[in-house]
Amino acid sequence: MLGQQPDALPMAGGTDLLVHWPAHAKAHGRTYIDLSKLTELKRLTHAADGLRLGALTTYWDVITDAQAARGYPLLIEAARQVGAVQIQSRGTWAGNIANGSPAADGVPALMALDACVELASANGTRCVALDKYYTGYRASVKRPDELIAGILIPRRGLDISLFFKVGPRRAQAITKVGLAITRETAGGKGSGAAQTPWRVVANSVAPTVRRCPEIEALLHSGAPVKSPDGFLAAAKKDIAPIDDIRSTSDYRMTVFCRLLYHALRGRAAGIN
Amino acid sequence: MPSTPEPKSPLILVSLTLNGHAAEFSVDPTERLLDTLRYRLGLPGSKEGCGEGECGACTVLMDGLPVNSCLVPTFQARGSVIRTIEGVPPSELGTLLACGATQCGACTPGVVMTANWVRSCPEARKSHTLRELMAGNLCRCTGYDGIIDGLQAWIDGLGTNPPNDAGGDR
Repeated sequence: MLGQQPDALPMAGGTDLLVHWPAHAKAHGRTYIDLSKLTELKRLTHAADGLRLGALTTYWDVITDAQAARGYPLLIEAARQVGAVQIQSRGTWAGNIANGSPAADGVPALMALDACVELASANGTRCVALDKYYTGYRASVKRPDELIAGILIPRRGLDISLFFKVGPRRAQAITKVGLAITRETAGGKGSGAAQTPWRVVANSVAPTVRRCPEIEALLHSGAPVKSPDGFLAAAKKDIAPIDDIRSTSDYRMTVFCRLLYHALRGRAAGIN
Repeated sequence: MPSTPEPKSPLILVSLTLNGHAAEFSVDPTERLLDTLRYRLGLPGSKEGCGEGECGACTVLMDGLPVNSCLVPTFQARGSVIRTIEGVPPSELGTLLACGATQCGACTPGVVMTANWVRSCPEARKSHTLRELMAGNLCRCTGYDGIIDGLQAWIDGLGTNPPNDAGGDR
């Protein structure tokens, strides 16, 4: 279907699309492809080597999955801070990726877990690492004829798994500064070409959700960091926060560094 | 009252279960469940506080889970089980409301729908606090303590679980 109508927009829970929907639908006259009745896409499946979220798996599906809670607690941490139950029951992880907001909350957790996006089209399926998926503000490698069919999360041993969302209140908020941090257990079987056991993923501080390679390298080096300012030089290379209706560049940069410092103080070599 | 949108696409036939009864009607694909309830089906109990899924005044239960009906396109509710505030007998609300859970009443229908779900969901109460489960319902009047106190009392007074349309405890 997408092959024939590349402008058509696939739709799942619609929790972002429907915001002030009556005005938007009339103004744009777009074609939508409703996925909601394809119930087989909702299923999440566990395997020994990882977890696969279906295209329609919701935040609540993961929150209420006991195996996911044990094996991938970072996903639960993130899911519980998305909106509130009314959004978690309808919003999907794949929709969060596809919507491509720089403030997406599910994406940092997935990216910090080395998730891969399954892109399906009439020509077959390919998997793209989520940290290579976005190419710019609301732009990605997904072709117009492709659909996010699933999200694959490899099982890795992690000894650090942290999620932070700073917003104007503790629920029903759009993130001002967000961070997902994981560290693979020493000696663990790595996946992908990672040379660092660290994944530091930020949202709301750049045009896309992105990993912070300078911060990751700094952490991996064990170089001493004695205050939040110690992260500033690396942060300035990794993120580019702006002033917008929700926050300021200064606030975001300051809080970003503070989050890193206070989260990792005493847990990571060099951060004291 | 907003006018029904001019249909640009063929109407979609929607059959669903509403407060225990079968309902069937045709809608424009752009129609929101909130508008269908309020203007097409004569059930104005669900309120539009924000139109963007932040306040929860429009909360209804869809297949046993709370949703913001302002964010559900009605055509997606085909085949679903919907419960609105109109389906909750007022006689059930004494305990909840006696603790100061309502003042102006604008948020109350949404609060009741979520609270009713919370009290029927012991599993969710094991992993979440009541405040977290109610976080999707904003209130400008009560300061929330009355709502939480009322909900706790409602839960404590529970003899058996209330009826749940989703086919079992969620």
